Amino acid sequence: MGTHATGYKDPFNSGKALGLNHTKLGMWLFLASEVMFFGGLLSAFLHYRVSAPAPVEDALLDITLVGINTFILLTSSFTVVLGFGSIQAGNVKRLGFFLGATIVLGVLFLSGQVYEFYSLTQEGLTLTSSVFGSSFYTLTGFHGLHVFVGILWASYVLLGALRGKYSSESTIGVEVFGLYWHFVDIVWIVLFTLIYLI
Amino acid sequence: MSVQAEAMGQKPTWRKYLSWNTDHKVIGVQYIVTTFLFFVIGGALAMVIRAELAQPGSDIVNGVEYNRLLTNHGSVMIFLWIIPIMAGFANYVLPLMIGAQDMAFPNLNALSFWLIPPAGIIMMTSFFVGAAESGWTTYVPLSLTAPFGQTLWAVSVLLLGMSSIIGAVNFVTTTLTMRTKGMGFWDMPLFVWSMLATSLMILIATPMLTAGLVLIAMDRVVGTLFFVVQAGGDPIFWQNIFWFYSHPAVYIMILPAMGIISEVIPVFSRKPIFGYKAIAISSMAISILGLLVWAHHMFTSGMNPALRVPYMITSMIIAVPTGIKIFSWLATMWDGKLELKTPMLFAIGFLAMFLIGGLTGIFLAAIPIDLHVHDTYFVVAHLHYVLFGGSVSAVYAGLYYWFPKITGRKYNEPLGKAHFWMNFIGANLTYLPLFLAGLLGMPRRVADYSPEFATANMLATIGAIILGASTLPFLYNAIVSWARGPKAGDNPWRALTLEWTTTSPPPENNFDSPPVLTHGPYDYGDPIVQLENQTS
Repeated sequence: MGTHATGYKDPFNSGKALGLNHTKLGMWLFLASEVMFFGGLLSAFLHYRVSAPAPVEDALLDITLVGINTFILLTSSFTVVLGFGSIQAGNVKRLGFFLGATIVLGVLFLSGQVYEFYSLTQEGLTLTSSVFGSSFYTLTGFHGLHVFVGILWASYVLLGALRGKYSSESTIGVEVFGLYWHFVDIVWIVLFTLIYLI
Repeated sequence: MSVQAEAMGQKPTWRKYLSWNTDHKVIGVQYIVTTFLFFVIGGALAMVIRAELAQPGSDIVNGVEYNRLLTNHGSVMIFLWIIPIMAGFANYVLPLMIGAQDMAFPNLNALSFWLIPPAGIIMMTSFFVGAAESGWTTYVPLSLTAPFGQTLWAVSVLLLGMSSIIGAVNFVTTTLTMRTKGMGFWDMPLFVWSMLATSLMILIATPMLTAGLVLIAMDRVVGTLFFVVQAGGDPIFWQNIFWFYSHPAVYIMILPAMGIISEVIPVFSRKPIFGYKAIAISSMAISILGLLVWAHHMFTSGMNPALRVPYMITSMIIAVPTGIKIFSWLATMWDGKLELKTPMLFAIGFLAMFLIGGLTGIFLAAIPIDLHVHDTYFVVAHLHYVLFGGSVSAVYAGLYYWFPKITGRKYNEPLGKAHFWMNFIGANLTYLPLFLAGLLGMPRRVADYSPEFATANMLATIGAIILGASTLPFLYNAIVSWARGPKAGDNPWRALTLEWTTTSPPPENNFDSPPVLTHGPYDYGDPIVQLENQTS
């Protein structure tokens, strides 16, 4: 019988159709919808940057700090890849180490964001000070929220790893988390480029 | 009830429908019953609207109350009735049609359903705190200054959007990975194709509405300035982000309906469907094109006049795959051995009324016409012909068609026919005069109107009374037949899709052993297939 732990009833083993794993496919489809969600928020930011420009507030953004933050998030994606490679090779301990590193880097990134937000509010750029402020904080804030959820998820995966849930034969939970984390990272690269660099 | 009794396919206890149950058949029924309740609520709101509009003068409700009625009528019908009931049908029928034992993500499936009752309750309670009053289109600035109920409305629709998106992830994954052995893409029933096309639109378009509603909610609750004109906010930006979702939304509402029609017509014509591949590809084409035409709702908004033209052209192009489907259905019926049972009557009614709705849609796509009839009753008539004459007809066709499979009982056929005629006459009497009112110049969303529109409105109100009353034979039929109708057997319609090869209702695991495909879903008239089907 092919009834899996997740309740996926496929006793006829027809899940081989197209050779796609259903959990991974589900995550890709969900991420597609998330791309559209961030697209909506991003289109608001870009539209207002053109129609209601705020050069004074734009100049307050600190490229250096956020650039370092970006590097931290990129590194965290790297640690996720290393972690996934570890469990594919059957090394649970190394998986745990790299998941822990990802969490630390994620928390560092969020701290950097919080600091950036704080210093900007001190300089007068707030959610309600201008359309620019509204769209800036909403866009980056929702991204931060997604990072936060990712950190919670990473902790859950780490817990699972410590309890022996994953092995070289059972990696899908790690892989699917990895997909989500990489997505969050890619969104940030787009956001960083469009908000800070251009 | 004992496990054995359930396994034998006997009627399950009602208790399971009130709980978190991961069986797609239970979830399907939960969806159908819940959404029908909201249909009745939305219909009640419509009855008050039509009572108000029976005569000129704002006699029953004042302007603000009227705005709340129409806003919630539209919102309930769209977000709490049509969109989710299509998901409900898909939930029950899709896994059976592809020979699977459940959906790919059963727990997510339950979550999709259970988001709906709280969302519905939130929208209903908004009436007590000052209901949403900006139209279902929520245009700013009215939606920013409206009372607290508007925020509740936004929260409700956000939850419903999440339900829809999660459902779409489930439907696509199930369709792509759980088809039974031997069922390639070109062997899938057309209802499955229609849900695939619909789900892709949901995944791409609905999150835009999510983003837009977040912006509105933040403006209202936190004081952001997205749509505050004095700060540089842009009302037209709201229109763009709203219609980016809401135009595909109408295809989300009609494609599954067309899928149901594609199932019903071959069965009751005893003929293979004409143009199977053309219909499947047309569904995908409508899905893609539908994502590109949203600004045809904004022709009078002050948008760049030159930019209107490509939107007009693409909107008209959608008529091509749509027309292909209509001709294919007609060709299926041509020279068929028609059995005019209730599902078929509603399918034929769909063809007649959707045709009127669709053709008037092409009129509206033409910029010069739209400039005159935008925001008049011409649009109201058009949308009700496609949504009520189209989608609701198909829903009824599906309800009657799959009633025996879901309940194990036959509904009462004469009552079903009576329902159909009351529905058909009522609908046309209600909506046909509204075209005239619109062409004469009656604007939308007004409680009071000039006397020259009075005749059309009186006729429409009479039609609405017949339409409202028509729900009664249906409800009586559904409830009494479910309780003590005659047993239906596995395949009362002698249909060829996989759900009819198992018991009515199906056992918990749908099939005792993997279904073996020996024929296509529409091979009616094939003598070998006829022999196989004799023993149902």
